[in-house]
Amino acid sequence: MKLTGAQALIKSLEHQGVEVIFGLPGGAILPVYDPILDSSIRHILVRHEQGAGHMAEGYSMATRRPGVAMVTSGPGATNIVTPLMNAFMDSTPLVVVTGQVATGSIGTDAFQECDITGITMGITKHNWLVKDPNEIPQIVAEAFHVATTGRPGPVLIDFPKDIANSAADYYTPGSVSLAGFNIQTEPDSNAVAAAADLILKSKRPVLYVGGGVLKSNASAALRILVEQTSIPVVTTLMARGAFPDSHELNLGMPGMHGTYTAVTTLQKSDLLIALGARFDDRVTGKISAFAPNAKIIHADVDPAEIGKVRKPDVVLLGECRRSIEELTRALTEKTSSSNEALPLNITEWHNTLKEWQQKYPLSYDRQASDVIKPQYVIEEISKRQKEGTILASGVGQHQMWASQYWKFNSPNTWVNSGGAGTMGFGVPAAIGAKVGRPDKQVWAIDGDGCFQMTAQELVTSSAEQIPVKIAILNNAYLGMVRQWQHMFYEERYSEVYLSPDLPDYVKWAEAMGAIAFRVDTPEEVIPTIEKANEIDDRSVVIDFRTDVTERVFPMVPAGAPNDDILVSPEHADGIIQ
Amino acid sequence: MKNSNHHIVSALVENRSGVLARIAGLFARRGFNIYSLAVAPTDDSKLSRVTIVVDVETSLLNQVVNQLNKLINVVEIQELSPLDAVERELLLATVQCSTGKRSEIIQIVTALGGEIVDADISSLTIEMSSTPEKLDTLEELLNSYGILKIQRTGRVALPRLGYLAETVADSELKLA
Repeated sequence: MKLTGAQALIKSLEHQGVEVIFGLPGGAILPVYDPILDSSIRHILVRHEQGAGHMAEGYSMATRRPGVAMVTSGPGATNIVTPLMNAFMDSTPLVVVTGQVATGSIGTDAFQECDITGITMGITKHNWLVKDPNEIPQIVAEAFHVATTGRPGPVLIDFPKDIANSAADYYTPGSVSLAGFNIQTEPDSNAVAAAADLILKSKRPVLYVGGGVLKSNASAALRILVEQTSIPVVTTLMARGAFPDSHELNLGMPGMHGTYTAVTTLQKSDLLIALGARFDDRVTGKISAFAPNAKIIHADVDPAEIGKVRKPDVVLLGECRRSIEELTRALTEKTSSSNEALPLNITEWHNTLKEWQQKYPLSYDRQASDVIKPQYVIEEISKRQKEGTILASGVGQHQMWASQYWKFNSPNTWVNSGGAGTMGFGVPAAIGAKVGRPDKQVWAIDGDGCFQMTAQELVTSSAEQIPVKIAILNNAYLGMVRQWQHMFYEERYSEVYLSPDLPDYVKWAEAMGAIAFRVDTPEEVIPTIEKANEIDDRSVVIDFRTDVTERVFPMVPAGAPNDDILVSPEHADGIIQ
Repeated sequence: MKNSNHHIVSALVENRSGVLARIAGLFARRGFNIYSLAVAPTDDSKLSRVTIVVDVETSLLNQVVNQLNKLINVVEIQELSPLDAVERELLLATVQCSTGKRSEIIQIVTALGGEIVDADISSLTIEMSSTPEKLDTLEELLNSYGILKIQRTGRVALPRLGYLAETVADSELKLA
């Protein structure tokens, strides 16, 4: 079938099952925007290209489908570099199409020309510059295959204007076969057996659950493994929701701001079963002091993660879900044919963990009556969440509190920026998540600093009728930086003050078509949340004036061993050994 | 030239524009210096073989090889141990040469297995293809006469027959 290159591109995206494109047109991508008028694909017009990228990420994290964004060349393309990097760090499948100047102009410093494939080489799984219009269906098929296969991640298709305007052969692309792209999905059976042996011998095992469990849709499989073995679970920042917080074996988040019990359980364990986790420095602290007596089983689909940080004793290379299932099967078989038994006899370990949980729970001053504690706001919203509510967040103190105090009970309900730590992620990511799951309520916990970076996308939410609820924990500071300056720079506060009233968040939100409230006292918190929950047709912004002095605890100072965890100042002994 | 941290990485890659940049980018991202690099098409015109000599510790190299293996355009990759590989390199050098020294230089070059490929009244251009170590020897000897210009290609290598080294990625995974 003869089409234009632009038509072939849109038809190829339709063929991949794309329902939504987040984007913003401009010169070089202009020809591709014409066939969008005739397409079944919904286009969401953003106010800044960074918003398109983060929306696509939020969409993907909430639905496990690839997010698609389209922008023009030059500044359009560079504005979406941050989301690409963010998606690369958090293994989120994205397909980003950028317009490019005509092939004959490439390399001439033409208007809005930019070497975007060069720029994004290190932050995409792969990228393509389309040089032949007849390749379009095949390249699009390859792009979706690469983005979603193995460890997911972002890809980019750079699309020159003359290719869009030229005649193209459209055909249904064949199956994708790339010589240099082979993913091992099934774990080695000997390794599975070896892992099962280690588990049966262990006295202090822990499941270190990472984002890979969500990416491979392994929550149900994980639950079976946990219930069969009674091994406790920690869920990393990227894995919140992968295992229900309501389950007594979920110890919460490990890492720099993890719960005392999660951090210490990893530290003291004799067997660490890492599932789709990558031993990030925010989890391990000082790596040479991390879990010093633990043997390691490392299950991951990405061979480059194996041994990158910590040398494993057993490697389960394959899809996380398959590794978990095989491990469960091997454990059942082994115990039925021997005198070993499931669940594991690790009562002593369970008792120790319970002691830690009782002694060092997450805590803040719940009696405070004159000032709003940010944790209180999060807890109260969490208590009133409707079934399956999705929570997005920006990056900073509010993000850590959200991860700590929100009760996550189902997978793909937590949308945040982990590896990259991209401030401003929250608002657009929440909008993207709502587009993907219009049936679910979407809240975002945001900081005042983060909100100011991408708030303009509330205009998109109003114009496109994508209602989300944003709780700004407004402490008038870049709070996390302030916390570090407080603790490590002798309270010398450098360039962190933002002002609570500039901008006027209520007026600003209203100007963007949202309904807005300001909350100054603890008594107003619950009624305002309830009011917000009753509004379904408009976005809501609540400016919560929260305690400036509040810090995130526990905390493992950067580069320190995890044993040096600082708990909340209320736990009088401070540093615990 | 001899350096215990030198490793040889041999990769079969798709013969397309931008592939070398992707490979070089991965080294640059980790701050590794590429000591030498040789690229040319193979018998299959769609593929090129790249031989990279890199100055890096073994553990770090494994990480780079694993990352390189993730590049879509890298079809196959292996680290070659010098013991299990056949290595060659080509050297071209123009050496200053007074009439009196001419036969002495020719003698050295011939003895080591090189050739004179160009000459004029005051200089000789020498070609030699050999192991990197032998080229080091020649270079050292020529230095005493005065090297005017020199170009070495960097080594190319193939695994020895019967010694096909396992890819680094594979050997890593056999940890279990």
